Amino acid sequence: MGVKAGEHNLRSKVRTVIDGAATGLAVLATVLVVTPLVAIFVYLIYKGASSLSFSFFTQIPKPEGEPGGGMANAIVGSGVLLAISSAIGIPIGTGGGIYLAEYGRGTKLANMVRFTADVLNGIPSIVMGLAIYSLIVYRQQHFSAFSGGVALGIMMIPTVTRTTEEMLLMVPQAVREAALALGVPNWRSVISITVKTASPGIITGCMLAFARVAGETAPLIFTAFGNSNWSVNPNQAISALPLQIYIYAISPYDDLHRLAWAGALVLIVLIVAAVSLVRYVTSRGVLKGAS
Amino acid sequence: MNANVPEIHISQAQLQPEQEPPSGQRPAEESAIRRFLLSRGNSAIADRGFSWLMLLCALSIFGIVVLIAAELVQRSHLAWSNFGFDFFFSRFNNPITGRPNYWDPVNGHFSALPFIYGTLVSSFLALLLAVPLAIGVAVYLTEMCPQVLRGPLAFLTELLAAIPSVIYGLWAMFILVPLLREHVNPLLIRVLGWTGFFATDNPTGLGFLAAGVILAIMILPIISSLTREVMTAVPHSQREAVLALGATRWEMIRMGVLRNARIGIVGAIILGLGRALGETMAVTMVIGNAPEIRRSLLSNGSTMASVIANEFAEASSDLHLSALIEIALALFIVTIIVNALAQLLVWAVTRGAPARVN
Repeated sequence: MGVKAGEHNLRSKVRTVIDGAATGLAVLATVLVVTPLVAIFVYLIYKGASSLSFSFFTQIPKPEGEPGGGMANAIVGSGVLLAISSAIGIPIGTGGGIYLAEYGRGTKLANMVRFTADVLNGIPSIVMGLAIYSLIVYRQQHFSAFSGGVALGIMMIPTVTRTTEEMLLMVPQAVREAALALGVPNWRSVISITVKTASPGIITGCMLAFARVAGETAPLIFTAFGNSNWSVNPNQAISALPLQIYIYAISPYDDLHRLAWAGALVLIVLIVAAVSLVRYVTSRGVLKGAS
Repeated sequence: MNANVPEIHISQAQLQPEQEPPSGQRPAEESAIRRFLLSRGNSAIADRGFSWLMLLCALSIFGIVVLIAAELVQRSHLAWSNFGFDFFFSRFNNPITGRPNYWDPVNGHFSALPFIYGTLVSSFLALLLAVPLAIGVAVYLTEMCPQVLRGPLAFLTELLAAIPSVIYGLWAMFILVPLLREHVNPLLIRVLGWTGFFATDNPTGLGFLAAGVILAIMILPIISSLTREVMTAVPHSQREAVLALGATRWEMIRMGVLRNARIGIVGAIILGLGRALGETMAVTMVIGNAPEIRRSLLSNGSTMASVIANEFAEASSDLHLSALIEIALALFIVTIIVNALAQLLVWAVTRGAPARVN
């Protein structure tokens, strides 16, 4: 009897120890994950802030070897590219989402569209860049901001579509029927009742897609290509912040490395601001749960 | 404890009455009044027009994917007709040095083998490092973490996903690679040099290991957030049942949660793999970009994505361009398969579950 009790005691002790060890490992894993994140941010802020200056926002890159210069053209270029991509990605994305939620519910076609959107989401960005290169740049025989915008816009579509659909599905059926009962045409009820009700969630999706493509470099290498001069012409090669960071990072000059860090800081501040804004808005709104 | 703990069948239909009914049976839309209201008078034309417009948007998603595939197939035709399937397996011997040579744009020899090897090695390394950590984080956040920390920690790991690839690359180039070069690599060579995986011939710190580490950091948030999602989808009754049998917390997690969520976790891992396969910028910046197959994890290599990013702008001959596009096509097909598989697995577990709660 005594032996048995001892054995039992031992076993429960072993179990407690294993439990503690597992907890410890999970905590360790979390610490290990948070460490690189903190390291990245600390270095980014430290290196970026020390290289950031007023001229960074106002000047264009100087020729190689000369000190100074900034990324004003890259910031504006990113703005142009993102405007083009939003103009393409957001309407098509929301339209697709509205179709999936309002018209195609439960149909085979909707399932196929949903699957295709997931496929599109999974295509590596470099492959997207190459495809747009051969679709547009190769035919036009020159690089252009437009082609870069198209590449980024296409990458926005799946995120926007899926969040739009998800958010619209959360709108109660009764709201739609109430609108119809008041004699509102269906299209009008979709736009001003259903979509409007779900709009915080839809905007979240758009912002997330926006934040995602804002940092993309790979699809721009062969489409927007980069430009060391001022350009806002959609038909010409244009500079973009992530692209410029890449070009400077792989260059051999210390000056340019510093500019790359400064650019990275600006980029990450923009993206984190967008993501936090989204989180703040959705955590207060009625429609939570955007992913 | 028993091997056949029942699989979860989550049906939260009673929680969310407005969720769509099972496919095949149309929702309540078809009631007679509704049909009457929809078919009335002049709004019918506008309605039809609007629905067609939306359908067009949805179909354009199809169109885009088909267009991309068609374009890649068409442009890679030259390489395909020159090399056929050998493109993915063959190697050539350099007549001067006598060493195997895989990728020689000057002499028109192209073989994707070193890039396939590089992609597989770096992705596998990334999974090896990321999976245990990601599951650890997910377990901690869903089951152990005090409520106060849960939100901020979840936000932090999500932030990792929001950092652009190029910034990871920048950080890896200037912080991670020197760290590996000065401290980690010498240690690995001293302790594990005898395995042949850690050779001394590359003192730069670049290479497969650096690429694997940075990829691991990048795919971690994807794996851990999806794992969290499938773990939250496990019903509470499962946890309570295991606890009621006197299990410790870890036993509860192992038997009640992880076992039930395992299919979804595998899906999350595969999704992470899909991301790792196609990741470009950060890898290009740290892998060293040499079209070679080496056993040592510390030597320079190249992945399918990195060779495209690196050489496409400078490709001179049509055959070189076409070969690069064929690599892109291969990457495209592989990622579609991997992602479809992952979606299927994740969907099998989270189907019908409510939206993620952070």
